[in-house]
Amino acid sequence: MDLTETDAELAFRADARTWLTANVPHGLPSGDTRTGFAEHLQWEKQLHAARWAVVSWPEEYGGRGASVWEWLAFEEEYYRAGGPQRVTQNGIFLLAPTLFAFGSKEQQDSLLPRMSAAEDLWCQGWSEPGSGSDLASLTSRADQADGGWVLNGQKTWTTRGSFCTHLFGLFRSDPASERHHGLTYFLVPLDAPGVTVRGFARLDGDEGFAEVFLDNVFVPDSAVLGGVGKGWSVAMATTGSERGLTLRSPGRYTATVARLLDLVGDETLDNGVRDRLAQAWMDSEAYRLFTLRQVSDEQAGRGRPGESSLNKLFWSELDIRLHELALDVLGSEAELEGPWSKGFQFSLSGPIYAGTNEVQRNIVSERLLGLPRR
Amino acid sequence: MYFGLPDDALTLRDGLREVLTTACTPAVIRAAWDGDSSVALWKTLGSFGLPGLLASESTGGLGLDELSFVAALEEAGWHGVPGPLVETLVSTPVLDLPLDGSARIAVKRHPGPVPWACTSTHVLDTSNDLRLLDVTQAALTPVDTVDRARQLADVSGDGSAPSLSSEQLALLELRGTLGTAAFLLGLARRQVDLTVAYVKERKQFGVPIGTFQAVKHPLADAIVGTEFAWPAALRAAHSLATGDPQAALHVSMAKALASEASYRVSRVCLQAHGAMGYTVEYDLHLFAKRTWALAKDWGTAEQHRAIVAREIVRGRTAL
Repeated sequence: MDLTETDAELAFRADARTWLTANVPHGLPSGDTRTGFAEHLQWEKQLHAARWAVVSWPEEYGGRGASVWEWLAFEEEYYRAGGPQRVTQNGIFLLAPTLFAFGSKEQQDSLLPRMSAAEDLWCQGWSEPGSGSDLASLTSRADQADGGWVLNGQKTWTTRGSFCTHLFGLFRSDPASERHHGLTYFLVPLDAPGVTVRGFARLDGDEGFAEVFLDNVFVPDSAVLGGVGKGWSVAMATTGSERGLTLRSPGRYTATVARLLDLVGDETLDNGVRDRLAQAWMDSEAYRLFTLRQVSDEQAGRGRPGESSLNKLFWSELDIRLHELALDVLGSEAELEGPWSKGFQFSLSGPIYAGTNEVQRNIVSERLLGLPRR
Repeated sequence: MYFGLPDDALTLRDGLREVLTTACTPAVIRAAWDGDSSVALWKTLGSFGLPGLLASESTGGLGLDELSFVAALEEAGWHGVPGPLVETLVSTPVLDLPLDGSARIAVKRHPGPVPWACTSTHVLDTSNDLRLLDVTQAALTPVDTVDRARQLADVSGDGSAPSLSSEQLALLELRGTLGTAAFLLGLARRQVDLTVAYVKERKQFGVPIGTFQAVKHPLADAIVGTEFAWPAALRAAHSLATGDPQAALHVSMAKALASEASYRVSRVCLQAHGAMGYTVEYDLHLFAKRTWALAKDWGTAEQHRAIVAREIVRGRTAL
């Protein structure tokens, strides 16, 4: 057990803290509205200019080559400083790991610098009207054409699709295939002829969702990521990132608990609130410690398949409990629009997105416990 | 940065696993239910060096730290070791008693009957004036106990007055609390293992019941609790080993999480077994009943959350 940070790690953390404290914007509007998104984009470009946008990436793509420990420290500092949601997250946290793992050098060189600079803005094109938890039933198709592919179909629940410039998604490239066979992972510019994007409101009323219609959209062969017919395994590599700590680092929750403690202030607390506050603090700490153990075990070659589903079950339920407690502390003011009521509504999406918690429980019971599939 | 058990603790745990697999079968626990003092098992534990795990090498102990301690006790919990194991391990560093397994030391932490009194050789009374009683010289009045292996008894007698500093007593209390948390997580892991094996075999409606999400999902949720409690136990162990000023907070967090998570596991595992688990003829109850007892002993989850609440409200900056 060695919980000390090296001199380099300490210096990295100090640099991050100094810069973030001086630069983090406060009071930005929701990034899930058109005007709010534009303001967030300015912040993302500012992060990039100071090379804090993608710290774990290689320097040539705009990063700092930071280790996973440094990345965790950055995340802690980011949320401690009150940093806003990352509207670029679906690109930098979900697509980028897949590009690093499966992309060609040409794809990496052309896409990653523009992604880190928030010039290309990526959204995820997986879910379809008839394919949610059962993603492998998807029917959007890709038909081979001269020098490329023609895409047809409909994607939905696409987060910030109205404001993004590109979509990464799964399409059925072998019409005779079934389930997870015959799928291909495509990279699609949303300004291509035949693409129609229609935004619609999330639970909190913001235009955070979009439907994406693809009507004979031509993309070149270079739009395939990871090989024709390999889409399922390529996509599953992204789900590990999405469910695990890459998307939801512990710093988010320890920072939320710190805000919760500020919210209750020095008031004399009734025992019920005290008890839940202690539980909230312990749970956010437990998530932090769990990820330290998880990263340590992975680095020691002791990682377990399906572990990222434990993360996802834990952080998604935790986020709701933290916000429920805040709303109980607010009492009759809880129904007013504000950061806690907004955050509460967003937290309710946690057990749904990135694979519903029902799917995660299947994964935990089948892969970690070894229970039989049906 | 490395957050996890060091290699020597992993080696110790694996060695203990091998020993206990033959020395601590369910039959041994059942014998303890009938009043057996598990002398043979404790002799084996003594040969392994376990009773002196935390005692200094100069006194014949292993001189290991709290990380080895939680690793060993989690494993001992899986096997459901009968006898005052946690209590003995935390007492030997401060009492001049044999480390070969011939001394089984119960601890009386509060007024009332004492766990393990009937199968112990000594009782360390920390509930009032500090006393060490030799059980053969004391009067025991057994009290009916749910986990009969733990057989509580009222204990009276004079005993001697060991010299322990308040720091040593406080450390004993923290170690005992943490050791119990680790033991609980081992008990939980055993109950999950029993349940996984059972629901893979047991068929209803023509299929193993383990294929049903109604069975799978509660089990998945239950292990989320224990999976997130274990790192808290590791951190508390590290804090004790390094003299971290927040060690008491970390120990309370570990016990609160372990008590809740292991109790939850015992509920879910019993339910997944259906009527099969609701009998003393099947082994599950041996581990479930120990879980119920230990979840409350050395401080309930509520009591430890109260300690945590006090600390975090007082020490905002520590966040």
